[in-house]
Amino acid sequence: METIAIPAINLAPIMPEIILSCIAMLLLLVNVFVPSESKGYLGVLSLVGLVATAASVVSGWGQPVAAFGGAVQLDNFAVFFKLIFICSAALAILISDKYVVREEINHGELYPLILFATVGMMLMACGMDLMVIFLGLEVLSISLYVLAGFNRGSLKSNEAGLKYFLLGAFSTGFLLYGMALTYGATGSTKIGNIAGFVATNPQVATNSLFVVGMLLIAVGFSFKTAAAPFHMWTPDVYEGAPTPITAFMSAGPKAAAFAAFIRVMIVAFPTLKHDWTDLLWILAVLTMTVGNIIALSQDNIKRMLAYSSIAHAGYALVGFTACNPEGVAGILFYMLSYTFMNIGAFAVIVLIGKKGEANGNVQDFAGLGQKRPLLAAILCVFLFSLAGIPPTAGFVGKFYLFSAAIKSGYIWLAIIGVLNSAASVYYYLRVMVYMYFKPSEEDFDWVGMTPAIAVCLLLCVATTLVLGVVPGTVLELAQKAVQF
Amino acid sequence: MISHHLLTLLVFLPSLGALLILAVRKSDALARLVALGFAVAELVLSGYFFTLDTVHTLYPAPAGFFQYENVHWIDFFGIRYTLGMDGISLLMVALTAFITVIGVGVSWQGIKERVPLHFALLLLMESGILGVFLALDLFLFYLFWEVMLIPMFFLIGIWGHGRRIYSAVKFFLYTFLGSLLMLVAIITIFLMHGAQSGTYSFALVDLIGTKVPYDVGLWLFAAFLLAFAIKFPLFPLHTWLPDAHTDAPTAGSVILASLLLKTGAYGLVRFGYPLFPDAARAFTPLIYAAAVFGISYGAWIAFAQKDMKRLVAYSSVSHMGFVALGIAAWSPIALSGAILQMVNHGVTTGALFALVGMLDERTHSREIDTYGGVWGKVPALSFFFLLFCMASAGLPGLNNFVGEFLVLIGTFKVAPLPAGFAFLGMVLTLVYTVRLVQEILFGKERKPLVMHDLSLREGGILAVLAVGAVYLGVSPSPLLELVKGPVALLVGVK
Repeated sequence: METIAIPAINLAPIMPEIILSCIAMLLLLVNVFVPSESKGYLGVLSLVGLVATAASVVSGWGQPVAAFGGAVQLDNFAVFFKLIFICSAALAILISDKYVVREEINHGELYPLILFATVGMMLMACGMDLMVIFLGLEVLSISLYVLAGFNRGSLKSNEAGLKYFLLGAFSTGFLLYGMALTYGATGSTKIGNIAGFVATNPQVATNSLFVVGMLLIAVGFSFKTAAAPFHMWTPDVYEGAPTPITAFMSAGPKAAAFAAFIRVMIVAFPTLKHDWTDLLWILAVLTMTVGNIIALSQDNIKRMLAYSSIAHAGYALVGFTACNPEGVAGILFYMLSYTFMNIGAFAVIVLIGKKGEANGNVQDFAGLGQKRPLLAAILCVFLFSLAGIPPTAGFVGKFYLFSAAIKSGYIWLAIIGVLNSAASVYYYLRVMVYMYFKPSEEDFDWVGMTPAIAVCLLLCVATTLVLGVVPGTVLELAQKAVQF
Repeated sequence: MISHHLLTLLVFLPSLGALLILAVRKSDALARLVALGFAVAELVLSGYFFTLDTVHTLYPAPAGFFQYENVHWIDFFGIRYTLGMDGISLLMVALTAFITVIGVGVSWQGIKERVPLHFALLLLMESGILGVFLALDLFLFYLFWEVMLIPMFFLIGIWGHGRRIYSAVKFFLYTFLGSLLMLVAIITIFLMHGAQSGTYSFALVDLIGTKVPYDVGLWLFAAFLLAFAIKFPLFPLHTWLPDAHTDAPTAGSVILASLLLKTGAYGLVRFGYPLFPDAARAFTPLIYAAAVFGISYGAWIAFAQKDMKRLVAYSSVSHMGFVALGIAAWSPIALSGAILQMVNHGVTTGALFALVGMLDERTHSREIDTYGGVWGKVPALSFFFLLFCMASAGLPGLNNFVGEFLVLIGTFKVAPLPAGFAFLGMVLTLVYTVRLVQEILFGKERKPLVMHDLSLREGGILAVLAVGAVYLGVSPSPLLELVKGPVALLVGVK
């Protein structure tokens, strides 16, 4: 009798995804039995799940393992990114606790959805096959569409969910077309095989099917990283989505899109490097400039941070354009720093806000420096870090990215980058101007700290400062993570 | 153990005081006392360094530095925590410690809101400035250079007058923009040096040896010059200064004028010229032009001012022109003169801002038009006013004379034309100073003003400054002796 050869299945590389999916499904089940006033326990459980996942992720450090015929690969690059996703999910969950109670959207599904989104991101980071990356992206996106519209009673949140869904589906279409064309031109969806095909058949670089495929993939990822001119969805979605979800979206999913973007471009299309770095150069300049200039005139803080997050994607693109190990390590470091400084800032916004997303304008922060000195000082740390002023993580990150660009000879790009930083200082300072220089009309007596948010703020401030003053260890880890 | 880390102690002692003030925040009086305590302790500590004349360090120090600390920091980028003190740094450190005490003194009563925060910021400011004067690693220098802006931004914005918010933001953006381009230049020379030598380092001693192609050097020096010229401020990059000075609270103005402006000049002497000697030579005519024009222009515009504080602010543009002139000449005499002039200007202008602040506290007016016949009412205050105005105008026997004189004779040897024009500018200085003295102290009383004379605190502050002005004017040789060695080393570099 003929035996069917069953390929050896190695589940180790996707163990983190398995753990987190199981916990998320378990939470969905538990949710049914938990009364609505104690949904907070679900948050605690999901944090435990994230810690377990993190432990499983860390065990993959230093020994790249591929599985499923090379469709997924858990290497240092994936580990580093997965830890960023886990951090962003954990921090977002920490600040959700108070928010969902205030906005009366205390539905237990929030936590499993965040976890499913994290599973999607993790798949994107370790996918070596275009289909796996696409699968991860869809898991991520569908969870996010629901999360963006999670505040069912709010028109803005509904709008955010719908807008994100329509534009997200549109961009996914681009990405999928790009993948299909690339498959047509090279005969494989595995990015390693694509690279091999291109190496042995250099004439494919002139094949329009292939070139258009690569361009469409780039466009698809640019949508997801919110790079200008594909950023249009960002401000409305970020403003409308519930604040903790905005914090989450601006950190984790953006990093996930970068992870997949970097891996696909650098591994699959190295021979066309000169063409796509030219493209990235333009994308980086546009993204930084558009993000910063529009952020200058925003009154709503969430909207301002949305545009600023576009600008930050632009800084990361500077490192991507440099396309050297330093540039990629710079992106890794920057995404990690950005996760902490940005979610930290959002945590303060959650505290200052009132029911119905009220009190979200920069004017509403007037006098915070006098009435709540500690909270104001903490927000200052995040804002200085976002502006790239030493001694904070944001400064070291920008320093790394720009020096990578200069090393690759993109000195003009670095100059445009620092000029953009200077412009961005204005709108970050503006918040401080209101906090410290304007008289207060409010007494901020509704601002109540919860243990969860206190932990989140502490983690964010500590990380922002530690990465700014003694970044050595993390910089070395980021450097070691640059392997595909 | 501690004796090997005296410089670290020197830099961070004020920060410690600031943290203490913020942590306690019990009463305003306590905050004042703690601030004064730390400022005086810092002054004593900086005085202690005058007694250390031999090399006193664990780490092998570059020539000229008698205090040196050099430890690992961010090995990943080759960044080290390097602090070093030579005669020039020591003078600047002493000036900083001295002026900070004055700054605490002048804001003793004038500041009534958020008192602890104010004094904490003054001390943080001191730490930042000291760091700039002592850092010998370019990354560390840049870090202090930026950090220094933050307390001043809040000082102007919270306790300032008039268009304080506009001025605070303008000050921050203007100086931040200039320094960012310097950051690009720092990274560029860091990478060039690394590519040439194989070891990546931000240390000044290493980077000085970098072979920079001439045209690249021009760009890099231009980036450094832009950052320093904005702080200096050199004409035409001075436009932030009158706004910031005028709208800042008294202590803020004193520290801005006496200390922050010096960091620009110091940066040019310590980093700009030594790193890019060829490019610096190429830029010298431009610096001469900016300096000479700034001397006359500053004096000219000062003459037209109605607001006393704005007048003193523009006079700073004029006086700092002499410092730029001395640096551009880059000869031992001129450079020594420029360094001495930095100290002199710090003392004189600090005193003038303090005086304006005292008048303002009494009458709530800084308009020259409101005053007249002040001598008859408050003779003690008027005496000091006259003294510091004369010092500012360069009266022999007082401090500014020595510095300006040295700069002029030093420059005359290498560049007679700029020196000649600068001399003309000195005459203009006399014009606006005499006008100020005449309209305020003498002249007719224009509005009935009720004024009391100096309190003990105010008298003490002014007396200390006056002793400084006279001492520097009569006996500058110990100071010149102190900077002689480092200046010779610097000029020899070229």
